[in-house]
Amino acid sequence: MRTALTPAVRIGLSISVATGLYGISFGALSVASGLDFWQTMALSLLLFSGGSQFAFIGVVAGGGSGLAAMGAATLLGMRNGIYGMQLNALLQPKGWRRFAAAQVTIDESTATSTGQTDPDEQRRGFWTAGVGVFVLWNIFTAVGALAGSALGDPKQWGLDGAAVAAFLGLLWPRLKGREPVAIAVVCALATVLAVPLVPAGVPILVAALVAAVFGWFSSGPRDEGLEPDVDPYPGGEHGRGRNAGAATGEGA
Amino acid sequence: MTLWLWLLLSCVLAYAWKLLGYLVPAAWLKNPRISRVAGVMTIGLLASLTVVNAVASGQALVLDARVGALAAAALALLLRAPFLVVVLAGAGAAAGLRLLGWG
Repeated sequence: MRTALTPAVRIGLSISVATGLYGISFGALSVASGLDFWQTMALSLLLFSGGSQFAFIGVVAGGGSGLAAMGAATLLGMRNGIYGMQLNALLQPKGWRRFAAAQVTIDESTATSTGQTDPDEQRRGFWTAGVGVFVLWNIFTAVGALAGSALGDPKQWGLDGAAVAAFLGLLWPRLKGREPVAIAVVCALATVLAVPLVPAGVPILVAALVAAVFGWFSSGPRDEGLEPDVDPYPGGEHGRGRNAGAATGEGA
Repeated sequence: MTLWLWLLLSCVLAYAWKLLGYLVPAAWLKNPRISRVAGVMTIGLLASLTVVNAVASGQALVLDARVGALAAAALALLLRAPFLVVVLAGAGAAAGLRLLGWG
């Protein structure tokens, strides 16, 4: 067993630390939105997909039903199926590995793997980032949840503002170019129009429907919106197909 | 208790998406429509969640300290701050504005 830190392993580890750390904000916001410690941990251990987890607690915090929270989280999880297809073609895991690989198939592990060209490096990058993020994300979720329950009134600490910032932070890396910005604006407007008309939580599903219809009938880059929250290759080196030349956090 | 039910169901569905990707024929990957819908929906959902958390209060639209959090987060992102700093900027702005008596 070689333990050398190949480039893919190094990038996988650094992305694990960067992503795992913001599990703190998920844990704190989750308990602030009314979930208890174990519900928060269940989301990080079992659902394990940052965007969907934030979506679930975001709908609950806004007074939406459990069904609406599930709807938002599930629709946001669709992209993981696309990642699974890409990774299956790339890594071809067999037996139990396929089921383990599925659980750690997220933005960061996919981006780390597809950013490599050598098949062995693709495999190392995927597993390092996938398992690394899983372990650290869960540890820091627990830290955040315990800290959050000790804080008292979440509003006094601005935790509702932190949730707003978290969603904008997740959206931001995906706004590369004019079209994704237009999609975001249209969906934001659809949401504002829907809020007074339908029960809490449902406006998010309305926006998802608008986006799905647009995606179905329009042509454009097939990887639009499929960028990781934390880009493992901020310089755009490694000749990646997607994100090439775009720096981390670069807006429209 | 029902929240537990929806939560665990969400976990099952999330894993189902992930696993589905490993089980479908490779040819599906060639259909650009599926990944377009997944990607565009990701953008739409995150934009919608941002707005709901910033200005919705139940079925009402309100402007309060959360709008300040949105502005602070945008500024932090423009300055290329890492995710955790962005979240702290949002929290700080909302908490600060409330200390000043707004929202």
